[in-house]
Amino acid sequence: MQKFLARRIVLAFVTLLSVSVIIFILGRVSGDPRHIYLDDYSTQEDWDRMGEVLGLDKPYWQQYGLFVSGAVRGDFGRSVKEGRPVMDVILERAPATLLLGFVAFSISLLVGVPLGILSAVTRGAMLDRFGKMVALIGQSAPPFWLGIMLMFLFAVKLRWVPPYGREDWNSILLPAITLGWYYAAANLRLIRSAMLDVLDSEYVKLARAKGVSNTGVILKHGLRNALIPPLTFAGVTLGALVTGSLVVETVFAWPGLGRLAVDALFAFDYPLLQGVVITFTLMYVTVAVLVDVLYAYVDPRIRYA
Amino acid sequence: MAVEITGIAPSPAGRLTQLNGIYRKLRRLPIIPVVILTVVVLSGLTAPLISPHDPEKGNLQERHIPPFWYSPEYGIKTVVDRVTIDGRLTQIDLRKAKKVDPEAELGDKLEILTKPGGSARYILGSDSLGRDVLSRIIYGARISVIVAVVTLGIGGTFGVVVGLAAGWYGGWVDEVLMRLVDIKLSIPLILIALVLVITLGQSFGVILTVLAIFIWPRFARQVRGEVLQLKHSDYVALAKISGASTARIMFIHIFPGTINTLIVVATLQVGIVILLESTLSFLGAGVPPPTPAWGSMIAEGRDKLAGGIWWSSTFPGLAIMTTVVALNLLGDWLRDTLDPRLRQME
Repeated sequence: MQKFLARRIVLAFVTLLSVSVIIFILGRVSGDPRHIYLDDYSTQEDWDRMGEVLGLDKPYWQQYGLFVSGAVRGDFGRSVKEGRPVMDVILERAPATLLLGFVAFSISLLVGVPLGILSAVTRGAMLDRFGKMVALIGQSAPPFWLGIMLMFLFAVKLRWVPPYGREDWNSILLPAITLGWYYAAANLRLIRSAMLDVLDSEYVKLARAKGVSNTGVILKHGLRNALIPPLTFAGVTLGALVTGSLVVETVFAWPGLGRLAVDALFAFDYPLLQGVVITFTLMYVTVAVLVDVLYAYVDPRIRYA
Repeated sequence: MAVEITGIAPSPAGRLTQLNGIYRKLRRLPIIPVVILTVVVLSGLTAPLISPHDPEKGNLQERHIPPFWYSPEYGIKTVVDRVTIDGRLTQIDLRKAKKVDPEAELGDKLEILTKPGGSARYILGSDSLGRDVLSRIIYGARISVIVAVVTLGIGGTFGVVVGLAAGWYGGWVDEVLMRLVDIKLSIPLILIALVLVITLGQSFGVILTVLAIFIWPRFARQVRGEVLQLKHSDYVALAKISGASTARIMFIHIFPGTINTLIVVATLQVGIVILLESTLSFLGAGVPPPTPAWGSMIAEGRDKLAGGIWWSSTFPGLAIMTTVVALNLLGDWLRDTLDPRLRQME
């Protein structure tokens, strides 16, 4: 168990490090950052002074060192676009993304798990087919398009919810449903197939023979074991929810980190972009490690391996 | 009394059972997905021949034309000297009215076309630059097919070679490979792809490379698993004894054993590649405009949605969804048929 966790944590660090290298190299490949900060009226002295401030007069490996040591302290420099420290901007935007991710994750569980169970129990019947449809659409429709269609139907035509932004409590509904649908589909498929396996097992047959009620068998014997595969998947899910926010926040103009990243990218605001990418990766690996811990806790086969 | 049986004419019921049998066999085949995919590939290949219009050249006078089933809408408007702001919907100025009816005079009430109807010229309507949506979808299929084939070619080949090497040699090669796969699984994919494309320059080559980078690990991991099983089989041992070289064993003896799995993985990965490419296009980091890609068509049509112009973003989205649904169904069927063990992998 300790070895397993140690491995995961080391891997998390390696991941963070490789992402930081990639993003650092890309930041330098894209050109001298001074071109963004300075305009045509700057003098050579301004140029040199800026170079010193940003550490551009040092060799690349030292520059990378500065970047990492800054990043560890939460200092990514100043955003070009916003004119204030990158960390301030990120902290301001992060809650919106976390909220969206949380609601979407809840939707994916609340829809995916019950539908998955019902699909497995009523295998081949109408309900199962309906479940299959939901899953197929969720896994095949591009989320941004799904979002646009939902927006058109519920915000433009029916006017039930606002089309974009974050004003009322109900503005979160469409983005969260869009984001959650894919993972609801994934959960549904996983639960369904795990449930089918479990319901076919010997101990479930024994439980039935003992006279345990149908609901009892399904919820107690079935679901508890069928939850393990989706849980393994939850790490990927939660992490990917963070990235999914990139697309969904762009569609619905949701003021979170995803949209911030896209805006920073197209404004060539590199300090901000680096900050957001590192933040995203950090969220990603943290969630992955947490889920692994939880997973090991739930599944004894991993705990004692 | 002799009973003559010279041959039994098939009773109608018997023939029905026969037909039923054929129907059942056919039902198990993935006919609909294959038909859909054939249509997509064929329209991609023959795009210049079958598309009714130039996908990149628009006619600004024919913007926002709805799909063919829309009938035109007329409204009664009063001819006035100058249209007031509030009266936009009920009034028309004399000069324009003369075009409709040369004898129009001030104060007349005329029946004026308020919304154009659909026509056979633009079956799926036209977009905000007056380009034919259907033609753009057909050309978009071309982009998707090229993207799928090339990324699968590059990424798949690389993944297979790495997987073969890792499975065969084991040890540190294996360790490094599997950690690479782990890292790939734990970084925010789309974000990194987006940054790569924008920073390295938005060209077709860069996009294809980035997509290939993202699909090879799946192939590598799958092939590695297969190799681990196959390398201990008897026929491999015999090949070794008879003096076959490592390269020969890997490519002639082991590789064919992984093909079933590869077909399944490839089919499912194509769907992922198409979705990824359309996402990049949608976010503005895809094939540069005006080349029509499904994702960027959706992005372009998005702004007009509030004005009720739904067709220019709905149809490309349907195209993506139908294609990916077909790929997923075909992939599932192939998996169940060729390699049931993969079922648990999901």
